[in-house]
Amino acid sequence: MCLGIPGKIVSIEDADNLVGIVDVGGVKRAVNLSCIAQEQTPLDSYIGGWVLVHVGFAMSLIDENEAQATLAVLKELGEMQEELQAMQTGAQ
Amino acid sequence: MKYVDEFRDPEKARVLLKEIEQLAEQIHQRIQRPVYLMEVCGGHTHSIFRYGIETMLPACIELIHGPGCPVCVLPMGRVDDCVALAQDSKVILTTFGDAMRVPGSKKSLLAAKAEGCDVRMVYSPMDALGLARKNPDREVIFFGLGFETTMPSTALTLLQARREGITNFSLFCNHITIIPTIKAVLDSPDLKLDGFLGPGHVSMVIGNAPYQFIAEHYKKPVVIAGFEPLDILQSIWMLLKQLAAKESKVENQYSRVVPDKGNRVALDAISEVFELREFFEWRGLGSIDHSGVKMKQSWADYDAEAKFVVPAIKIADPKSCQCGEVLKGAIKPWDCKVFGRACTPETPLGALMVSSEGACAAYYQYGDVEKLEQHRISLQELPA
Ligand code: SF4
Repeated sequence: MCLGIPGKIVSIEDADNLVGIVDVGGVKRAVNLSCIAQEQTPLDSYIGGWVLVHVGFAMSLIDENEAQATLAVLKELGEMQEELQAMQTGAQ
Repeated sequence: MKYVDEFRDPEKARVLLKEIEQLAEQIHQRIQRPVYLMEVCGGHTHSIFRYGIETMLPACIELIHGPGCPVCVLPMGRVDDCVALAQDSKVILTTFGDAMRVPGSKKSLLAAKAEGCDVRMVYSPMDALGLARKNPDREVIFFGLGFETTMPSTALTLLQARREGITNFSLFCNHITIIPTIKAVLDSPDLKLDGFLGPGHVSMVIGNAPYQFIAEHYKKPVVIAGFEPLDILQSIWMLLKQLAAKESKVENQYSRVVPDKGNRVALDAISEVFELREFFEWRGLGSIDHSGVKMKQSWADYDAEAKFVVPAIKIADPKSCQCGEVLKGAIKPWDCKVFGRACTPETPLGALMVSSEGACAAYYQYGDVEKLEQHRISLQELPA
């Protein structure tokens, strides 16, 4: 819950509510982008970018290397499985 | 140092450890007692144990595992309140997986679910709002908890609920706030402390400025730290450098994620929905002034405490629990009489055994207790 998990923004689902689809370790789910989206920047331009996701909200833009390193650590910490499971259940 | 090879950059880890050793020795010579550093965040506690960082450090550094696990510090009475809310057949009670396992005075939410209450695990408060949308004839309550890391997500979800005009959704608010908590730690008389590893993801929301008082008023260095093992070593090294130079500043080791000013959207959402409570009860620590938030009066129609009858019974922690002493660093987890016996991750008695971010569960899972025991003995041999 407190450790963020990195994911890649793959599409925009609901531009009005600033919701995108983020791929986290193969699981795709709706993620709220309001904390990272700048008002002047079109939402589409965030597609392909990496973000740190906390409980369904993208809280920080990160670069890809950082994302991969964090994913590796989370895997080792054994945090990934539970999070991914929760994400999948939550998306139903 | 068998674990160092697991690090992303073992060479860098070795260099850092060497410098840490030299600096620690230098400081130890001067102050003639161990150097006490506290990590405030449960995520750090988890990483520290998983990577055996404590056992790599020189004996004159002692890490104190602070109160930064929001699941762990949740008092039993709040869990009981939650169970009471879930017993209403209109209600769908939603929360994070971790929170479902926290023991109440009689049962956890998981046990309530097994008895037929409609309790559902969600990954995000947005999922809880989705349930409210799909079940207009039910009342969906989200049991929200966490520090500033998760607080904005709850606030933004409530803002969206109001925008959409959803009225069968409410929050049972158990969010807590970091700064008053750190202040309580600093003001506690039995605490010896030389510096803080600052919580990385809370800081991503609140920025650096709120920690200034620790450096200025309490004259303790703070280094905001990331979660990788190298981040933690580097942050310890940065703290020791300040201590060696007799400085106290707020530094940001995790600047790749933590902006100095925090996150504006997140902070605005928090202040739109929440205000400080007079006090909030913590498991093991008692009541801490202004350490929790509640919903503003203007949000009463989304506040489960206003919408429903919440028993709000205060339940004392079990007598055999020594969570409070562990939290303050007064004793080590394995010194608790019930550690690993009556209290295990499968049947947690105390809060620190519930989540892997709690110090006791982390020790139980990963801790090389024997090694730490030796570490401690060598500490006791140091001149007081
Ligand atoms: S062993 Fe259990 S009761 Fe004792 S301090 Fe740890 S969590 Fe609390």
